[in-house]
Amino acid sequence: MAAGTETLKRTPLHDRHVAAGARLVPFAGWEMPVQYAGIRAEHMAVRERCGIFDVSHMGEIETSGPGAEALLGQLLSNDVSRIAQHGAQYSVLCNEQGGVLDDLFTYRLGPDRYMTVTNASNHASDLAWFERHAAGCDVTVADRLADFAMLAIQGPQARSLVAQLAEGELPARFRTRELTVAGAPGVLACGTGYTGEDGVELLVAPDHAGTVWDAVVAVGATPAGLGARDTLRMEACFHLYGNDLSADRGPIEAGLGWCCKEDTGFIGSDAVRAAREHGTAEELVPFAITGPGIARQGNPVLGGGEVTSGTLSPVLGYGIGMAYLPVDRTEPGTTFEIDVRGKTRTAEVRTKPLIPEEH
Amino acid sequence: MAEASYPPELSYHEEHDWARIDGDVATFGVTWYAQDQLGEVVFFDPPTVGKSVRRGDPYAEVESVKAVSDVVAPLSGEIVEVNEGLANGPEAINDDPYGEGWMVKVRLSDPAEVDSLMDAAAYEESLS
Repeated sequence: MAAGTETLKRTPLHDRHVAAGARLVPFAGWEMPVQYAGIRAEHMAVRERCGIFDVSHMGEIETSGPGAEALLGQLLSNDVSRIAQHGAQYSVLCNEQGGVLDDLFTYRLGPDRYMTVTNASNHASDLAWFERHAAGCDVTVADRLADFAMLAIQGPQARSLVAQLAEGELPARFRTRELTVAGAPGVLACGTGYTGEDGVELLVAPDHAGTVWDAVVAVGATPAGLGARDTLRMEACFHLYGNDLSADRGPIEAGLGWCCKEDTGFIGSDAVRAAREHGTAEELVPFAITGPGIARQGNPVLGGGEVTSGTLSPVLGYGIGMAYLPVDRTEPGTTFEIDVRGKTRTAEVRTKPLIPEEH
Repeated sequence: MAEASYPPELSYHEEHDWARIDGDVATFGVTWYAQDQLGEVVFFDPPTVGKSVRRGDPYAEVESVKAVSDVVAPLSGEIVEVNEGLANGPEAINDDPYGEGWMVKVRLSDPAEVDSLMDAAAYEESLS
């Protein structure tokens, strides 16, 4: 273990996790619940009903002022000018070489005011990157990490459960709205998630996080940990930074060309344009293991490539994951072999998402 | 099983494995503590019958949803039987770690090694 537990940060919901019997593990400098009752039960609760996740380790950067749109346009791969008021947009942050520094959701809270949600492991470096490029611009970049707890409520019943507690209508998918939830004022509700299910994510003042958590659990949401969050996102084929995305890989090979608008001239756009025009050596594909075994991050693919995410799919009951493969082997249905700790396991390229939309 | 238990008739290895000694043959498995740490076991990759195992070395793998772990042999010998039932029912390792969740039977090459194992009280003490 890299760090002693005494150095780990705790979210405002730490006492709830302890009381619920969570197994707490170090994650990106935080002490986070990996599971409560069990990953499979939590996973299925989200697929069939509703789960609630504490994702307060994720960071927030607020960018505001007359130069906000221009700065974000320079940093983010997507076309920031197309985010509507109270809209949301996914993008990647690239370095000059077109390598991915982070993947992010940005919410437009006002004409010149944006909130960008960062991955916990990248928050400090993202913030430094924003601040470095903001120098000389008419813009304020603020670290808002400590100002919010973040609760993700996900599943087919998520909206109806949160609606019971909210004063006012919940935001539509990829929209945001400020609401009072369970008596807590000023909750920023976002119609986003990371599970492949409908739901909302709530940015809540830390002092109110416990009240909101308790209320959502009381109306029927199942507490779910980072373990289920990981298996859910893999079934949906959502990228995880540090697994499927890194500074050594570009967005085109990662299958994220759809969120790159090179004409905006964002940092790294020349490299991204070149990759789009000339192709890349490898591409990220979803796969399923066709026999026994479970591939894991770092397992090499025979003949070239590597697994970047792998698990047992609780819905499908067999091994799934994502792997970078040479581009001539990425056609769905192509079989390939993975070296899983010395054993050869056969896998097949699949399409996104790995679980059917109507599972 | 929900509650921790460490049957007194078994012998324990510090890597959270148990052995049930029956003459020169021992049955191996993992302890309640080990299965609790693993979480729900979803795959057991058994060794082959006839393979030699050495005390302290891994002889099989168990996978939970989240991770893979080696299973360490508490004693040395040759595998004479594997629990085929775990192929389709690996959850027995969680539900019944000392019964249906047994992993292999081993003909011991050095029965004196048994003396190096802990009894239930000493093992439980080592967990606290």
